[in-house]
Order: sequence, then C-alpha cells, then structure tokens
Amino acid sequence: MSMVDRLANIDRRWIFLMMGLAVAVPIIYIGITGKTLPEQPTPLAQAAFDEIDKLPVGSRILLAWDFDPASEGELGPMASSFVRQCCQKGHRMYFLTLWPVGTQMIQKSASLVIDGFYPDLEYGTDWVDLGFKAGNEAVIKTIATDFGQMFPNDARGTPIESIPMMEGIASISSFDAIINVSAGYPGSKEWVLYAATPYKKPLLVGCTGVQAPQMYPYVPLQVQGLLGAIKGAAEYESVVNAWVRRHTIETILEEADVDAADAETMTTSFLADSGDLTAWLATPAAGGLTAAKRTALSDAVDGDEPGIFLEAQRRMGPQLVAHLLMIGLILAGNAVFFVTRRRGGVR
Amino acid sequence: MNGLQANLRSTVSTSRAVIALVSIGIAASVATAAPPAPTDVEAQDVAGDGGGSALVRWTAPAEAEGITGYQVWRSETAKETGDRDATERADALAAAETEAFENEQRRLVDVEGLSPEAAAPRSRAVARQAAISLARDPAALTVTETGPHDTHWILVDTVSPAEGSLEVSKLDPDSSYTFIVYSVAPGPDGRPERSEASAPSGPVIPAAAVLNLFRLPLLIILLALCGVVLLFILLARRGMPLKIRTIAGLAAVDEAVGRATEMGRPMLYINGIQDMDDLQTVAGVTVLGRVAKTAAEYDARIEVPTSRSLVMSAARETVQASYLTAGRSDSYNPDLIYYVTDEQFGFTAYVSGLIVRDRPAACFYMGAFFAESLILAETGNSVGAIQIAGTAMPSQLPFFVAACDYTLIGEEFFAASAYLSGQPDQLGSLKGQDLGKILVGVALIVLVTLATIAAITGSTEIESMVSFIKTVILGG
Amino acid sequence: MLKRNVPLLITALVGVFLIVANFFPSLSAMSEDFTVFFGIIAAMAFVLGGGSLLKVHLKKISDRNAGWAFSLIVLGTFAITLAVGLLKIGVPPNPTFPDKPWSGSVNADGTAFEWIYEYALKPLSATMFAMLAFYIASAAFRAFRAKNIEAILLLGTAFIILLGRTFAGYYLTSWIPIDGPFSGLRIEELSVYIMQVFNTAGSRAIIIGIALGIASTSLKILMGLDRSYLGGGN
Repeated sequence: MSMVDRLANIDRRWIFLMMGLAVAVPIIYIGITGKTLPEQPTPLAQAAFDEIDKLPVGSRILLAWDFDPASEGELGPMASSFVRQCCQKGHRMYFLTLWPVGTQMIQKSASLVIDGFYPDLEYGTDWVDLGFKAGNEAVIKTIATDFGQMFPNDARGTPIESIPMMEGIASISSFDAIINVSAGYPGSKEWVLYAATPYKKPLLVGCTGVQAPQMYPYVPLQVQGLLGAIKGAAEYESVVNAWVRRHTIETILEEADVDAADAETMTTSFLADSGDLTAWLATPAAGGLTAAKRTALSDAVDGDEPGIFLEAQRRMGPQLVAHLLMIGLILAGNAVFFVTRRRGGVR
Repeated sequence: MNGLQANLRSTVSTSRAVIALVSIGIAASVATAAPPAPTDVEAQDVAGDGGGSALVRWTAPAEAEGITGYQVWRSETAKETGDRDATERADALAAAETEAFENEQRRLVDVEGLSPEAAAPRSRAVARQAAISLARDPAALTVTETGPHDTHWILVDTVSPAEGSLEVSKLDPDSSYTFIVYSVAPGPDGRPERSEASAPSGPVIPAAAVLNLFRLPLLIILLALCGVVLLFILLARRGMPLKIRTIAGLAAVDEAVGRATEMGRPMLYINGIQDMDDLQTVAGVTVLGRVAKTAAEYDARIEVPTSRSLVMSAARETVQASYLTAGRSDSYNPDLIYYVTDEQFGFTAYVSGLIVRDRPAACFYMGAFFAESLILAETGNSVGAIQIAGTAMPSQLPFFVAACDYTLIGEEFFAASAYLSGQPDQLGSLKGQDLGKILVGVALIVLVTLATIAAITGSTEIESMVSFIKTVILGG
Repeated sequence: MLKRNVPLLITALVGVFLIVANFFPSLSAMSEDFTVFFGIIAAMAFVLGGGSLLKVHLKKISDRNAGWAFSLIVLGTFAITLAVGLLKIGVPPNPTFPDKPWSGSVNADGTAFEWIYEYALKPLSATMFAMLAFYIASAAFRAFRAKNIEAILLLGTAFIILLGRTFAGYYLTSWIPIDGPFSGLRIEELSVYIMQVFNTAGSRAIIIGIALGIASTSLKILMGLDRSYLGGGN
C-alpha cells in the first residue's frame, strides 16, 4: 500500500491524536517552562498600551467592566492586563459596571491583580469600586454631566464625599481615559456614542471576537485602542508583561541612584543576559539595595511571569498549532484527492 | 459716657459684623447660584403606539448658557412605591436583626461566659424576635425620604442642552406619571450643580392605542407576502403547471430508506434539540411523517430519540399515523420513539453512543441544532451511514454541509414537506415563497441604492427618506 | 374526523389570534399567556418523557440486552440526582430561618446538588463540547476538497481566516506597511474584512430565505393546508 493509499484510508483516530497533541503539547510546554509562543502585537494592541502609558502618573482612569462569567474566558485576561498596566504605572482606577454580574468581575480583578501583586495600593486613594448601576446607556449619559447623581456611594456603601480619590470627580470630563471591557449590550458601542465621542475622551475597548468587527469603524478617531477576542488579549498581555518587567527593573535601579539613561541600558543588558545582573549586584553601586529589592530585581530579570498574566498567551499556543495542523490536514487531504483522481480512483 | 461709648462701639462693631456676614452671604449665594430650571414642562401620551411611551417637552430657561444637560425624572407607580417600601422595610428589619444578634451575642459571651458557638442559637432567636416586634410596629421603621413636590422621583435619562424633548419608553400603560426636569451646569468649583426641580408636568397615562399604528407597515408587508403565497396556491389549484427544481437531499430519502432495508440496519432520525414551539422542530416532525411512511412501506426500522418530551409525544402520533396510512399499523413500535434528556450534551453523548453501537445505515438530522451538529454528523460518517441533514440554523449549516451527504439549507428544509407531498397547492406555496424572495430582493436593491446615493450626494431629502424607512417602516 | 379537525381548528384559531395580537396591544397580554400555557403543557409532557425513559431502560435491563449496564447507570444516576434534589440532601437551612431544615436553596454553594452539577455535569458537558476540535480536524481532512472554483475560493478563504487568527498570519504579512495603500492585504486585516463583509452578507441572505420559509410554512400550517405534522400525510 503506497503512502497515498495509506493517507486516503487513514484511521481518523490518528487525526484525533494529532489534534490532541497539537493542543496538549503547547499547554504542557507553557505550563512547565512558563514560556509562551512569541506574540507580535498588532498596531491596535500597541496603541491600547501606548494610550495608557503616555498619561502622566496618577491619571484618573475609568474602567467599565461590562461582561459576565460566560465571557470571562475571552475577556478576563485582557481585564487583568489593563489593571496591571494601570497599577504599575501608578494611575488611579475607578471601576464601575453596567452589567449586574459585572460586580463579580470587578471584585475578581481587584483580588487577583491588586490584592495579589500590588497590595500597597490603598482602597479609596489608589482605586475605588463604584459597583453596578442599572439604566444601561442612561447611566453613561447621566455621568457624562453629573457623576455624583448616579454614584452617590461606592459599592461598599461609603458616600463618595468620604472617598479621597473621588474629590474633583464631577463628570466624564474629570477622567483622563476610559477603558471598557465589553461582552455585548450595554458596552463599547454605548461608551463610544455617549462618552468618548461627545466628550472627546480617549477610549480603549476590549471586546469579544463577535463584536470586534462592529468596533473597527470607530478606530482610530473614537476608539484609540481595540483588543478583539483572545488574540487581542494575548498581544496586549505580551506588551504589558514585557513593559512591567522593564519598568520594575528600571524603577529599582533608579532607587539605587542609577540615572534614567543608564537604567534603561542596564535593563536591556540584564534581560539579555542575567549574568550581567549577578555581576552588577556584586558591585558597590548595588550596595544600597535592600535584600527585598535585590530579590525583586532578580525576579523581574529572570523570574517566571505569574500565571494569571499568561492566560491569553497560553491559549494562543494551542490555537496556533491547531490551526496550522488544520491547514496541513486540508492540504494533505487535497493532495491525496488529486493524486487519487489522477490515478482514476474515486474518493 | 464710657459705658455709652462702649455700647455704641459694640453696637457699631456688631452691625459691621452683621453687614459683613450678610455681604459674605450675598456674595456666597451669588457665587453658588444654581442654573435656572427649565419651564413649561409638559408630557403627553404617544398616540397610536403599543403603550408605554410618553413624550416630555420643556422650554429651556432664558439664561441657558453654561448648561451642560437636562435630567428628566418621572414619578413612581403605585407598584414601584410598594416595592420600594417593602425593600426599605426588609433592609431595616435585617439591620435591626443583625444589631440585635450582635448585642445579644456580646452579652452572652462577655457577661454570661458562654462560648460563641453555644451562644449563637440563642442570639439568633432573640434577634428574630426583635425583628418580629419591629415588623409589628410600622411607626418604628424609618420614614422614606421624598423629593421635590413631596414625591419620590426616578431618573429617566440625561439629554444634551440642545434637546427640548425626550420620548420616555418602557412605562406601565396602566399607570399615571408626572415628570420634572432639572438643568445641570458646572458650579464655580467645577462640580456639576442642578437647578431647582421644574414644576411637574400634568399627569399622563401612556396608554396603548386600540391599533398599534407603528406596526401598520409590518401588517402591509405581512399581507403582501402572505397574499403572494396564497395567490400561487390558488393558481396551482386551478391547474397552473409548476416546476420545482430537484432538491437532492429530499430525492435521496427513498435511497436512504432502501439502503437501510437492504443492509438490515436501522435508520436514525434526530428531530433537533428544541421544543415544539420552534418551527424547525415542527418542520422536522413533518418530514418525519413522510420518512416514517416510506420506512413503513419498506418495512425498515426507524428509531427516533428526542430531546424534549413534547416532541416525543408529537413524533409518536406522527409516526403512528404514517404507519396506519401505509397499512402497517402492526409494525408500529412506540418504544422506538423515546425521550432521552433535555441536556444538550447529554443527548449528544447518548446519540453518539447509539450510532457507534447500532451502526445505522441512514441518519436524518432535521430540526434546530447547535454545537452538537458536527459531533453527530461526524460520528454518523464514521460508521458509514448515509446522512441527510436539514436545519435553519445558519451557524450549523457549514458543519452539516461538510459532514453529511445531503444538506437542506434553510428554506429548502421548510420546503421539504411540500416537496415530498408533491401536491399542487403545497408546491404553489413554494412558488409564492420564491416570488416573495424576489420582492424582498428588489426592495433591498432599491433601498441600498437610495442609501448609497444619499451617502454620496449628501442629499438631505433622500437621507430623511432612508431614515424614515429604516426607523418607521422597518423599525416595527 | 374530530381527531383531525379539532387540532386543526385549535391551531388556526390560536395562530390567527397571536398574529392579530401583534397589532392590537390590548390582546398582547393574552398572547403572553399562551407562552405560559405552552410551558405548562411541556412540563406535563415531561411526565410522559420520564415514564418512557424508565420503561425503555428497565426493559433493556430486564431483557439483558446488549449494553444493559449503561441503562443501569442511566437509571441509577437519574434516581440519585432526583433524590438529592427533591429531598434536598445536604442542603443547610436558610440563614434567615435556621430552625426550618428544608428552607435552604437546593443549588446553593456546598450542597450535594450543586456538587453534582459542578463536578459531574459541567466537566462532562465541557468534555463533549471539546470533542468538536477533534471532529473538525477529521472533517477538514476528509471533506474540504478543491473540486471546483467555488471550493477553491472557499478553501482560500478558510486558510486566510485560520492564519489570521494566529501569530502566523501576522508574521507572514508583517512586511506590508500598516499605513500603506496595501495594508488591507495583511492577513489579519483580510480575515476581519472577510468576516465583516462576505460572511455577514452570506448569513443575511440565508436568514432572509429562512424567514420567508418560516412565514410560508406557518401560513400553510395555520390554514390547515399542511397537516403532515399530525401524521400520515394530508
């Protein structure tokens, strides 16, 4: 039996095995090594990052988490990365949601990212959870002119007058940017129509794959950055993770009185070769660093990325391999078909 | 003299202080003056609708500069008031119960020396009693705050300062409403300030009209499409020759049944996973009737696992009648049509297992399917069954087309019953359906052309015509 | 005669009433009642379905037909789930009514019913759903053939979409400038365009046909022209 005949009559269980390996091997590899497949950010994902990055430290960011547990698989990773970038940059975060179950999503982001990795951030000063408000787009239209009317208290029942970071928040115009993670209605379209467009606020959107085509027409005028589905989340995640590493290293070096330009150069060399870090830590210049800072520096250089910030990239690995396998199977099937047809066989 | 001078000085300084305070007060009141409220707020029912909509209008204040928006508020219905009262009562009772529990728990643990676990049941009992006593004394509960004009108001929406009206929807058609409007403008400190509440509008009941005129275009379209179908049914009855193209999937039904008979293997018929309220399921049961009749004539075994009990009942009736018509009522076995489970993947797992064990010669998938479509079709393919599928779920069609031998796409599935019957008036309905599609196609081309011309030329007349068609005629 | 005509009459009257109720708001409340009636009928029909399930599987067990052990498992899990739910096994009392043992919610956290749902039903459903990935691969190998021009176009589109959803697509066309006149040819842009334009157009065309098919079929059923759902042809 020739190879072509074998392929023509292949037991489908071999194909199942190939697909199983295509999904399992990347998952296991990523799980063991912590390394994901390279993710090249598209301009939209990079733009989302740049828009938050260019804001001065301490900027006011409104984060609208308009999704539910059903879409968390697709949107959860990008939500975590948005919060991570805001926390690392030092922006002030104002969470709210237009979906009843969005409150759970806010609490999850807060507990996973803020409590887990930025425990020094203080509630009421660095971040606040304003909770859910019913009314769909009427909520957006009202807070566009009178924020306090819709949110007299936060989600914990504290009057906003008692919350230090709510000082000066009068309306949408009081914020420096809006980040919306949306799974449907009410969601990104409503934020574009009633907040970003009339008040010319930078708006970054993360949405499901199904919604993304509807949001493309708004890029780049009304929507400055768009993350579509898990692919967009993976691209943005990779950008944020790389930046957090660099930023952490540079911050610690600057605390050790290294000037900014040198810190940047040293960061690049440490990330390229961790031996350079070891060598530098032995120098007197590093003498001012506490043990905790040294550990933090080592972790930032060659430590593994925390799992929650690799969720989207982990899923892209199997997706890439599985898609390539599908293409390969289609080509192989067609090759067998044409060879068999030329021989005069019928398939 | 000194005393008098001292008194005078004291009086003067007091007066100066009073004047200063009054001046400060005047200055402060000028600095924090809220924006002026809108006037002439009126509300009226939207005529000719299905109920629940009211149009609220107001006049912008004379000094409208700086106003950033208008907030429209409505009064509560009696039911909303009752619900709110109940919620507030429940909250007050829960708070009282919690406080009573904590107090009693503290007393029992700190004073009487009980352990917290032992004290908890007694504390809960005391707390419950406290809540019950409070519930029996309505005066003890907190009085609800009301808003302007001694009424509780609910915010409806905020509109831009350019607007002078708002259509409020989703109201109760049987309740009376009044509306107030606030102006909103930034204060001297940048924080938004609201005006005083406007005078309330007159009461309005957003009643439903006898006939919903907004749906008149839908009625016209419905009559047009149904009229076309009826016309062709009539023409067919009068003997007009009809040519219907061959639908391969339906022509293959006999082939499939014959194959099953020759091989001595059963046939499997899956009626989708939705209930009888889905027309695809009804269409599937209709096709089942015809397939069952053919199976009865060929003496082939047909098994029909269903995902809904009601579908099982309907399928049994249909198959029994088919066997009766074929003169094989003794061959009818009701146990071959049975209910499995409502759970989507539980049903899929069962049917997949059934296919692998029983190896049917023919599989029919006729109805509404979701993600399980490919699982079923691939499993059927793996056992070498001939597969005929029909569904109106656009997302599942590609899977059936890839995995099945024949697929009835969308309207072909609904045409199946008429096609298989071969009766003139049924075939006439198919022609009518086709003409309806032509009418829709022509309308689409005309409207798309108009919209394109409007976009290119910027003509406001064409734009408003397109907008009218979109919102009024097609908006429903 | 009654057995055929009464159902036809009910179908016609209810159908016409529901259509008319769309245009006369005062009747719309009654039309919602019919939806509730259907739910009640479906719930009563479940008794028949459950009875049929028990009968079929008990017969299989008693006759020791091939695969009777599966029937035993079906009936066993059915009985266990029913008992756990109906008897509220392992359900703590509602905190508001601690002295009432059956006041708790059957599917609250920590209950046996919730355990069955979380650790049996959900993983099994997810497993069945995951099988789709394997089946799509075998279907792709077997069925996606470039037999004619249309099939070639379809396959080409499929490749663009498959690549566009991964890093490979970006990698292959990253050399095309993002802000140049040919940026639309980048694979990730092409895949979005295909989904936005071609796929949407095709779906809408099919949906229009389906809508007309539904209207025509409903009309025939309401008018009693098509009675095959009652069985046996016309």
